[in-house]
Amino acid sequence: MSTETLEQEQAVVAVKEPREPLLSKRRKKIVTDPLVDDNPITVQVLGICSALAVTIKMEPTLTMAIAVTFVIVFSNLIVSLIRNFVPNRIRIIVQLAIIATLVTLVSELLKAYYYDMFKVLGAYVGLIITNCIVMGRLEAYAMANKPYDSIFDGLGSGFGYAWIILVVAFFRELLGSGSFFDFKIFDAIGWSSFPTNGLMVDSIGAFMILGILIWVQRHKTGYVESH
Amino acid sequence: MEALNIIIRGIFIDNMIFTYFLGMCSFLAVSKKVSTAFGLGMAVIFVLTITVPINWLIQENILKEGALAWMGGAYEVIDLTFMQFIVFIAVIAAMVQLVEMVIEKASPALYGSLGIFLPLIAVNCAILGSSLFMVQRDYTLVEATAYGFGSGSGFFLAIIALAAIREKLKYSNVPDGLRGLGLTMLITGLMGLAFKSFIGVVI
Repeated sequence: MSTETLEQEQAVVAVKEPREPLLSKRRKKIVTDPLVDDNPITVQVLGICSALAVTIKMEPTLTMAIAVTFVIVFSNLIVSLIRNFVPNRIRIIVQLAIIATLVTLVSELLKAYYYDMFKVLGAYVGLIITNCIVMGRLEAYAMANKPYDSIFDGLGSGFGYAWIILVVAFFRELLGSGSFFDFKIFDAIGWSSFPTNGLMVDSIGAFMILGILIWVQRHKTGYVESH
Repeated sequence: MEALNIIIRGIFIDNMIFTYFLGMCSFLAVSKKVSTAFGLGMAVIFVLTITVPINWLIQENILKEGALAWMGGAYEVIDLTFMQFIVFIAVIAAMVQLVEMVIEKASPALYGSLGIFLPLIAVNCAILGSSLFMVQRDYTLVEATAYGFGSGSGFFLAIIALAAIREKLKYSNVPDGLRGLGLTMLITGLMGLAFKSFIGVVI
């Protein structure tokens, strides 16, 4: 129902403005919105599990960010392409099957070309399936929008997720191991007695860093959660 | 005895939330009131205790390398491990649906309190995560069942404790930006710190 009306609205717009530029203002907004104002982690509270588990070091975090962005973008695209053929009742299982296929693809690729990282990430690659961001974007956006826009939406959410976990990983690696991408920063600047903090490598450091990051970010944007 | 140890480990030491960050989404979203947290916690214990042993049976008899040997010598070389994710998530989704229908018929009262949480559980990382960890750790069937129950109970304990704290927080004056998610993260960190004191507990 709502899909049809939305498409009709878009069709009306299309008549007035026959060709929307490839990178119009509206599309740019789809990508930039999830970066700060509508961030999947700090505002929508989605996908926290993997955000915390892999952020001990920068390298696995970067791998995870790329993997999740890949899965979001392509599942958004595929679901958007078939959105008019999937009966409403079985849409969840269809979405899960698509996500699981893409995640299997990522997992096999990692296993083949980047086996060390596959060992480090372990079960968390498989857990991208249940990453709420992916499901959330499919339900909220891809089921009701055109494929091209859905790709942009996926990119936006993926980048929004990526920068948060990269910041968390930066502080955890810096304070926990005294390094950056395994490069010993403090040794390099001649402060080799820098006391590393074991809590940062532990799960507790992740909670604390993310909590403080959310505080800073919400303070900047002025977003206040009601009780 | 080994099974009991696994249960204790699952609840206190390898807690789903505090050590592995699994199931955080529902942990944060459904921990505003103790009564709803109780419902979700019970549902998680229930589903985990059922799905982990079922996935164990599938892994050992179908997916594992050489597991299809019971079908005859020609099948011995087949390795279906790459199907793991799809099969596990399908089993979980199907089991959740089944459990929902059984509870609805058998006990409408329980369905009233658990009902709305069951569909949510299908995409809870804690459920899929337990099955994946179970594979990594080479458990036996009994141990796998104990692990499912133990990690479910760990989740239950964590979400109830957080909900109780958040109920009290309603009356405190928190800085605007920290309200809600931010403070919840910090509290979860402190709770995790407290749970660290259980490390080394063995029966």
